[in-house]
Amino acid sequence: MGTTEDPTVSRMTIATVSDDETFEQIKKQLNRMIEVIKVIDFTDIFVRMKEILYVKVMKCSVADKVEVFQIAETFKAKVIDYGRDSVLVEFVQTATKNDAVVKLMKEEFKTIEVVRGGSVGIESISMMER
Amino acid sequence: MRQITGNKLLVRALKEEGVDTIFGYPGACTIDISDELYKQDDIKVILPRHEQALVHEADAYARTTGKVGVCLVTSGPGATNLVTGLATANYDSVPLVCFTGQVARHLIGNDAFQEVDIVGITRSITKYGVTVRNREDLGRIIKEAFYIARTGRPGPVLIDLPKDVMCELGSADYPDSVNIRGYKPNTSVHMGQLKRALKMLKKAKKPLFLAGGGVNIARANKIFTEVVNKTNVPVVTTIMGRGAVPTNHPLYIGNLGMHGQYAANMAVGECDLLFSIGTRFNDRITGKLHAFAPNAQIVHIDIDTASISRNIHVHVPIVADALEAVTKMNEYVEKCETEEWLEQIKAWKEEHPLTMKDRGHMSPMDIIQEMNRQFDDAIITTDVGQHQMFVTQYAEINEKKQLVTSGGLGTMGYGFPAAIGAKIGNPDKTVIAISGDGGMQMNIQEFATAVLEELPLILCVFNNEYLGMVRQWQKLFYGKRYGMTNLRSGALYRRTNGEEMPEYTPDFVKLAESYGAKGIRVMKKEDIAAAFEEAKKNTKTPTLIEFIIDPEEMVYPMIQPGGTLEEMIMDC
Repeated sequence: MGTTEDPTVSRMTIATVSDDETFEQIKKQLNRMIEVIKVIDFTDIFVRMKEILYVKVMKCSVADKVEVFQIAETFKAKVIDYGRDSVLVEFVQTATKNDAVVKLMKEEFKTIEVVRGGSVGIESISMMER
Repeated sequence: MRQITGNKLLVRALKEEGVDTIFGYPGACTIDISDELYKQDDIKVILPRHEQALVHEADAYARTTGKVGVCLVTSGPGATNLVTGLATANYDSVPLVCFTGQVARHLIGNDAFQEVDIVGITRSITKYGVTVRNREDLGRIIKEAFYIARTGRPGPVLIDLPKDVMCELGSADYPDSVNIRGYKPNTSVHMGQLKRALKMLKKAKKPLFLAGGGVNIARANKIFTEVVNKTNVPVVTTIMGRGAVPTNHPLYIGNLGMHGQYAANMAVGECDLLFSIGTRFNDRITGKLHAFAPNAQIVHIDIDTASISRNIHVHVPIVADALEAVTKMNEYVEKCETEEWLEQIKAWKEEHPLTMKDRGHMSPMDIIQEMNRQFDDAIITTDVGQHQMFVTQYAEINEKKQLVTSGGLGTMGYGFPAAIGAKIGNPDKTVIAISGDGGMQMNIQEFATAVLEELPLILCVFNNEYLGMVRQWQKLFYGKRYGMTNLRSGALYRRTNGEEMPEYTPDFVKLAESYGAKGIRVMKKEDIAAAFEEAKKNTKTPTLIEFIIDPEEMVYPMIQPGGTLEEMIMDC
């Protein structure tokens, strides 16, 4: 949820898992709301979409830190903060990829902290993969 | 430029909106508004005795006059007492603008005295709700509220007024126009879709019109009746749509649904085209969804896009206001070949006519039929329960008789205040309320309002000593275990293991008299007519007629929860 180029308009991206009927209802009921100007359905159109994911790995041994760096490199993520026994990684990719990363991190490390921002999307200009 | 307080601007705004009546209950956060209202004479202020009754009164006022009902209550408990009434209005699409007082802005969020987040609390049961944060927005917000309430699918709008905003000086201007970016209601009919639907209508062998509350709200009855006459297609209604065509019209079958008529439910099951206008296919009329109208293509005309294809799959959806839709239809419809179909429906009607068996004592049907005979012109309000179903089954409704009932939320305690609101909006019409003994007690305090406003209402109480509808379910599906439904049970009942019970509490006749109203008790069928005659003579105060009803009376037909429309339980 954030402001747009128009200071009187803000924009919210909502991701949901549902069947078609429920999804239709979600769109219709959102449209029905007075504050909602427009509902854009991203399901079948080309979009650019990303989600910020922060993972802080704590109580790291030297071997743990090495592993964190390797994971970061594989997922083209950035290690943005570093301490005596903790590392902070920033992932900017689709929510699905982030799901996989979180699952992996939970399996590999005992003490982690996860903060996710939720997906933000915008329609593509040229037609490419999502 | 002249500056005035928010309180003064509010009163000015109400006058500009053509408001002539406001239902209000005072409090600390609205005392300044009460003061401004006191200083003027154009807007009449009605003081009820509970905020729940207040909003029901405004609700029925709106339903029967077509105007927006206006409420004013204070913050905290005053506002929370509106919740039930707002939900009632929301489900039945009633235009209301409710002003709630609120603590000063610097106190919001501090758990201040009589503070609640009423906009948050009522978010899902209002069409729109907002707290006025800036004095300069006040005029625009009020104008938008009335616009939102009365356009598109009507609904209740809540405006929360912090005390300091209202006392602040600001512009005296009230805007001329409204422009809400996210709300542009479109009510015009898509002609392509409509013509497609009409083609299907012409081709159908067993077409059926289903009229819902939307037809009544849009006041499309007269033109809809012309369409029905032209096409010769039979009509079923939801309880909210009753009166879409006069109930004695030869093509009118009856209500469909949980307590609908046999012929109506059978017709829905057999029809090949269900042409519906202004209903939302609520679970009370569909029964088991996948078995609803299994042989039919469905045309659905509704003003609310979210209601279309919500519960059932629709073949031709048309978003439109009912009046605009039927007006266009009237230009194009032709007579349909329905003679055989009408014969079949007639046979069903004869197989299981809608009637109550004569068990030797006065039945609800007797009372309602006498009411039909005695009154040509009336507004009939109901409360909720068995009596409500009897009224929707047997009451004659036409251009001169309107039914006002809480169909969507089924709110007990609605009937009596609704009668008050209806009468205040229509002083020249006879207003009759029919309540059960349970529902009547929920807003009994409104006797004070009715007596002091000199409203000659006819308040019928169908007293069967029980919460009848729940008792019916307990009788049929819960092995007659009447828990929590016996209105005479209490300490004595428990002490004596159900052997003894006190006399009915209260004595409704004495209660009415204690308020200065008239009370009559009727125990026999022969006395019904006389009671109504007596009530008609009373022109300055309400008359309560208590009808003693046998608790064993059941509403039939009945569809078991989870059942299909064909699985009707009939009176045996």
